[in-house]
Amino acid sequence: MNRVKDMNKKPQNALIEVQNLKQYFPVRSGLFSKKYVKAVDDVSFHIQRGETLGLVGESGCGKTTTGRSVLRLYEPTDGKIIYNGTDITKVDMKPYRQKMQIVFQDPYASLDPRMTVGDIVGEPIDINKLAGSKKERNDIIMEMLQRVGLSSEHANRYPHEFSGGQRQRIGIARALAVNPEFIVCDEPISALDVSIQAQIVNMFEDLQEKMGLTYLFIAHDISVVKHISNRIGVMYLGKLVELADSHELVFHNVHPYTRSLISAVPIPDPASSRKRKRIILDGDVPSPLNPPSGCRFRTRCPYATERCKTEEPKLTEISNGHYVACHNLDKVTANS
Amino acid sequence: MKKPLLDIKNLRLSFFTPAGEVKALNDVSISMQEGDVLGIVGESGSGKSVTASSIMGLIAHPGKITGGTIDFNGHRINEMTEKEMRKIRGKEVSMIFQDPMTSLNPVYTIGNQIQEVINLHTDLNKKMAYERSVELLELVGINEPEKRLKQYPHELSGGMRQRVMIAIALACEPKLLIADEPTTALDVTIQAQILELMMELKNKVNMSIIMITHDLGIVANMCNRIVVMYAGKVVEEGTADEIFYNPRHEYTKGLLRSIPKIDSERHEKLIPIDGTPVDMLNPPAGCPFAPRCGKCMKICLKEMPVYTQLSDTHKSACWLMQKEAFEQERRAVK
Repeated sequence: MNRVKDMNKKPQNALIEVQNLKQYFPVRSGLFSKKYVKAVDDVSFHIQRGETLGLVGESGCGKTTTGRSVLRLYEPTDGKIIYNGTDITKVDMKPYRQKMQIVFQDPYASLDPRMTVGDIVGEPIDINKLAGSKKERNDIIMEMLQRVGLSSEHANRYPHEFSGGQRQRIGIARALAVNPEFIVCDEPISALDVSIQAQIVNMFEDLQEKMGLTYLFIAHDISVVKHISNRIGVMYLGKLVELADSHELVFHNVHPYTRSLISAVPIPDPASSRKRKRIILDGDVPSPLNPPSGCRFRTRCPYATERCKTEEPKLTEISNGHYVACHNLDKVTANS
Repeated sequence: MKKPLLDIKNLRLSFFTPAGEVKALNDVSISMQEGDVLGIVGESGSGKSVTASSIMGLIAHPGKITGGTIDFNGHRINEMTEKEMRKIRGKEVSMIFQDPMTSLNPVYTIGNQIQEVINLHTDLNKKMAYERSVELLELVGINEPEKRLKQYPHELSGGMRQRVMIAIALACEPKLLIADEPTTALDVTIQAQILELMMELKNKVNMSIIMITHDLGIVANMCNRIVVMYAGKVVEEGTADEIFYNPRHEYTKGLLRSIPKIDSERHEKLIPIDGTPVDMLNPPAGCPFAPRCGKCMKICLKEMPVYTQLSDTHKSACWLMQKEAFEQERRAVK
């Protein structure tokens, strides 16, 4: 439990603290046996106020589940979520929903096609009774639309009249309407065209500066996550395997999985991609129903030893704020 | 110069929808030599996938080629009947698609689907076809090929299915492989595996590749030539180095400025391209990129730009490259 103490020591200004979060989903198999998908298994981290923490990993690694569990959209199986010093794991979430919001991946599916944009943005205002009069409600909606780069005449239109990028702006306006402190951004740009992604990324940054927002930014595109985040956590099969300052994580990563993940990102520059040494992993991500014993990455890891089979590596701090879970760090670093 | 393997000239293609004619391809000319890895880059609706489908002769109603020619390996594809097309599709040119989940038939085994192509195009007997399919699965790096041949697509992971797709595409050693966003549905570590496999196979069986993608990183890694498309038009074409180090179209420049680079040391603000993609039902007159272009001139809003040949391999469709038009604009401003 050393780790939890460590994590507790640091964050004096932590807005979000996640301690040993576990999120298991039951799956049916046979009549009496119950099996679980351990989507998130013993994950701890904190997010400072005003900070952006990025979460990366491949599909099925549990990054989206982590984001949703933090908001208690799923009821966590075990562990604690502490918001601004208060344990919110078991409390009534209603007062906190106003402080914690989410922006979803798919701007096509996350907006009700039968509501006007004004009503979509207005709904959280109504639910939280943030406006005293109709005029006040309208004013907030207009302000939010302007803040995300839309104009007031858009309020009377329906989602289908907008492009993907504009819809994502509507989704963001809806999240902002209640004046939140913390937003989970769950792959907010992966459904958008390349030329539009930069617009949305810049907007997230501007809004953070203006409104002092704190983000948990979940995405599989590491270049984007590195761009927007202060710190990045890397997940593999429900476990956090490495967590560090984003510059440190990209340039001085040590976990073998992080290394192959980052070396697999194609660089849009012919000369440097010719020079680059890529670490190509064998095989696929194992099924989360039957994760490997010990270290979950060992089946694809070039450094795996007997110890990795039996003993699960703990997330430990190797330098200031840089956490890694691996038994063979000396071997990995000797090879670089 | 050698005769090109693929030569598309002034191709025009429209979809006749109830809402009106959508000009999906507008005077597209692309040619490639044997051994090329050609990248076609563009966002959704730019016409990159339609270009690929027209090479395969896979344009269905309400789409129609309204002008231009496609010459491939001695065949004039746009004049061929479906029956003739079937003889070369899968044999001389084949295609892999974005979504390996939906492009394999769920009710046939992997073996069935590979052997179907072999039976159709070669006169190998049953046993030889089986041996060939084992060989193909080994070629694309699938272990236990005999076992896999008996399995159905749902029993395989995404990366495996894409490998099976590649095996099917390569069954008859085509001259040209068209890959339409082959890794978009896959994770990065699997993407790296598949891309490496494609390059390896290219050298082994000596084929050419057209790589269709929106990911500039993939293009930089794989392609020697790049075509940039926007709103059904080729806006710039050149070697990989020309496109990445000397882009001469404002759209290409904008794209390169707007993507974050993982290896950049400092935190630089991204410079986005303003505006939204073109509405293809009501495209603007003149240059399609003009409404989003920071250096838009008067002529850009009125007339479609002509190509400026910047080197033997590099051309750009931008009025800024045309000296005369540029000077005229400058005089008018003064």
